[in-house]
Amino acid sequence: MHISTKDIGKMKSKVKKSKFRHVWEFPGFRGWTVIFFGFLYVPIFVLVCYSFNSSKLAMVWTGFSFRWYKKLFSNDDILSAALNSLIVAFSAAPLATIIATFSALVLIRGGDFRAKEFSNGLITLPLMVPEIVTAVATLIFFATLGINLGLTNVIIAHTVFCIPFAYMPIKAALEAMDPNLELAARDLYSNKTSAFRTITLPLLTPGILSGFMLAFVISIDDFIITLMVAGGGSTTLPVYIYSMVKMGVSPEVNAVSSLMLIFSIIIVTLYWLLNRKISK
Amino acid sequence: MNIQGENKIQNRVLGLLPLWIVIGIFMIGPLLVMGGVSLMESNAYGGVHFKFSLNGYRQILFDTNFFDEIEFNPAYIIIIGRSFVLAISATIISLIIGFPAAYFISRQSNKVKNILIFLVTIPFWTNLLIRTFAWIIILGKDGVIESSFNFLGLLDDEGSLNLMYTNSAILIGLVYSYLPLMVLPVYASMEKMDVRLLEAATDLYSSRIQLIRKVILPLSMPGIIGGSILVFVPCLGAFIAPDLLGGGKKLLLGSLIQFQFSYARNWPFGAAMAMFLLALVILILFFNAHINKRHRENEVKG
Amino acid sequence: MNDKKVNAIEIKNVTKIYGTDISSVKALKNANLTIYDNEFFTLLGPSGCGKTTLLRLIAGFEDITEGNIKLFSEEIISLPPNKRPVNTVFQHYALFPHLNVFENVAFGLKRLNKDKAEIEKRTNEVLELIQMKDLSSRKPNQLSGGQQQRVALARALAPQPKVLLLDEPLSALDLKLRQAMRVELKTLQRETGITFVFVTHDQEEALTMSDRIAVIRDGEIQQIGSPEEIYESPNNQFVANFIGEVNLLSGVCLTEGESGSCKLDAGYEISLSIPQNVKKGDAVTVFIRPERIKINKSSSGNSQTSISEFTYLGNAAHIQLISNKQLINVTLPVDDVKNFKKGDLIEIEFPKDNAQVINK
Repeated sequence: MHISTKDIGKMKSKVKKSKFRHVWEFPGFRGWTVIFFGFLYVPIFVLVCYSFNSSKLAMVWTGFSFRWYKKLFSNDDILSAALNSLIVAFSAAPLATIIATFSALVLIRGGDFRAKEFSNGLITLPLMVPEIVTAVATLIFFATLGINLGLTNVIIAHTVFCIPFAYMPIKAALEAMDPNLELAARDLYSNKTSAFRTITLPLLTPGILSGFMLAFVISIDDFIITLMVAGGGSTTLPVYIYSMVKMGVSPEVNAVSSLMLIFSIIIVTLYWLLNRKISK
Repeated sequence: MNIQGENKIQNRVLGLLPLWIVIGIFMIGPLLVMGGVSLMESNAYGGVHFKFSLNGYRQILFDTNFFDEIEFNPAYIIIIGRSFVLAISATIISLIIGFPAAYFISRQSNKVKNILIFLVTIPFWTNLLIRTFAWIIILGKDGVIESSFNFLGLLDDEGSLNLMYTNSAILIGLVYSYLPLMVLPVYASMEKMDVRLLEAATDLYSSRIQLIRKVILPLSMPGIIGGSILVFVPCLGAFIAPDLLGGGKKLLLGSLIQFQFSYARNWPFGAAMAMFLLALVILILFFNAHINKRHRENEVKG
Repeated sequence: MNDKKVNAIEIKNVTKIYGTDISSVKALKNANLTIYDNEFFTLLGPSGCGKTTLLRLIAGFEDITEGNIKLFSEEIISLPPNKRPVNTVFQHYALFPHLNVFENVAFGLKRLNKDKAEIEKRTNEVLELIQMKDLSSRKPNQLSGGQQQRVALARALAPQPKVLLLDEPLSALDLKLRQAMRVELKTLQRETGITFVFVTHDQEEALTMSDRIAVIRDGEIQQIGSPEEIYESPNNQFVANFIGEVNLLSGVCLTEGESGSCKLDAGYEISLSIPQNVKKGDAVTVFIRPERIKINKSSSGNSQTSISEFTYLGNAAHIQLISNKQLINVTLPVDDVKNFKKGDLIEIEFPKDNAQVINK
């Protein structure tokens, strides 16, 4: 017989009240979830802690220090790699966002047409192909065709896989927008351009901004594709970190890694806050 | 919405042209070229001779020995096998770790749910290399684990647990890399389960285990399948975990492929392996789509 | 009174087909219709009958497949919506969420490039008309459903269109509000003199508000007429059934002609005008409104008719009679209510003038 929560309240004094009064609450799952988040975040926590380690041996703790962070900022190689990362992200993300915006407008507001399924497939393609395959294929492509544009090669490769990430929030925003709004604008004497400018665009802007942020983060964090595609002078920060790690763990790596982590986390948090504001 | 002649084909083409150009030329193009390269002859100095050759694929299974005879080479099959085993293990472990957490989160209030899921998502958006690197600090010689053991007197100064460069280390790295991708889809299908549904179910099933088996598991199955694919596919082609945590010694498919383009300079072979991986993934995705279609059809009928 | 009627909208042989050859839907089939200036005209029908499609074709939101539409004698089918002096009130209002009430209402005027002073004057005028002036700086999500509806109305009226199209604007409101708005809309139409084309599936709404009604079913217009015409003389059974309560009684023709008669299966003979194409012995269906039937308690105590259901409505009673296994609906006026109860034996008095033979 099903016992309601009210009945249990009444029986409180007589029976030792079980914390898990409903069958669908499982004891131990709460603890498990705590361990789960621990597993997820402890390594990051360890990394950041060790970046403040004053000892040279990355894995032995000797004391708190900003030493390695200071060293970072005088390391020209790291700074130039960071600069490259920013250049690539600030080039690829806007490009990807623009392409994604146009595509979303056609695919979601453009009715049905023959190439629609194909185009939808194109957008999700970069997500479905394993990264190593994309990386290798792009490398071969540039090499065999003799395309050697330095950082531009990287920018092109990044634009490709940033498109689906920029697309997702834009698609969501456009689908959430009442299509009658644009019709209402047309009904009230707007031509197509001004309806887009005064109604669609302002309402789409948060979505476009979100798409840009996602694309930016994905570009900054990319490693495998950049590793294979980047030539000598086009090292980005993740690739540089990789070469440092290969040479042996040094605390500088911890420091620059921590900075990158925090940077990504900040952007993603901003994105999340922006989207929370929208749904309210 | 089909306002007088406004949805002309021209407008659509114009809007989609950038997409077609960028992904057509720089995604499909490279895949085609890679396919071509896999069928060419390797050039000792890297790159290829534009001559047809099946050597790329042949090398997966066979090798010419010292006497110029062709003999079966199990090395790469072993690597492929290891990749499979590790990918499957990582998927199963992710499911075991992630399932209770996904369930717990889905039973919280809306506000708490959103924050917790956000916390699950954050690692996904950070650099995979860095997150994997953190495990070197934990597992490595004189790393966190060994230092603590040292501190507790369980290990002397010279000894080592030798946690690094093992299959287990790689496995930990793989699970850590893609765990959020398992949790999110499972959570999504669990979230749809109404409390009222569970309430009704408790009238039918008395024990918690029954509840899991008969109600929760079937309802979250789409999420489990989706999550499994999202973990399995990247694990198959993973590069960072085997490279960092396995050293150069324990190769997986991903690092094997990358190797052909760095030190080994065997492009056709690398391309052939990449084509193999791609074919595998396409197969899995098709299979999944087929299951989804069947599932949807059954839902409509039922 | 000026009897000269101006054609505001002429719908000529309009057909609308959605989709391609394999899976096409004929939403409108050869519709013909004329709406006069200064009229409150209603398109009435069940969901999916094509009434909203017709409205959208007039507004310009869809392309016509075949036929023509004229607005004050000018062809408009080649004009985009922004070139038609027609404005729409949407079912779910479609207010611009990022603009406040004033900006929403002023939107059309702004697009027409009126100067700032004129825009302000006219917008305030309309806001005053719908009593929303105090809330003019609020955003749509800060308004109640009824308030949003009024803003949508004001926004469509501000540019002084020649025709106002209303797509089920009251369907999202609760009953009391809906009834109040019906009166407001009717008054508004009278005051502004603008032609209103109103779409609804609610027959009560159509009857109370309209000057004329077009009843639509499956893309075909069934009947066009005043509320009285539609109610008292429906063209076919669909129209009869759709509007108000109805009796459709089967019977057989006894004598032909205008003073003919027929025998109802319910066991009564009734005199009514028999249409020319119906001959003696043909099966007919007779249409009678429940309030037209008078009943008396059976004096002989020997009747084939009795009350099978009695439903008290407060201001009347709804009675179901069973006679010869046929069901007949009767509406009792309030004074007679206490005289009857379930199970009573009844004699029916059928009306002479308000029964008619009806087609399928």
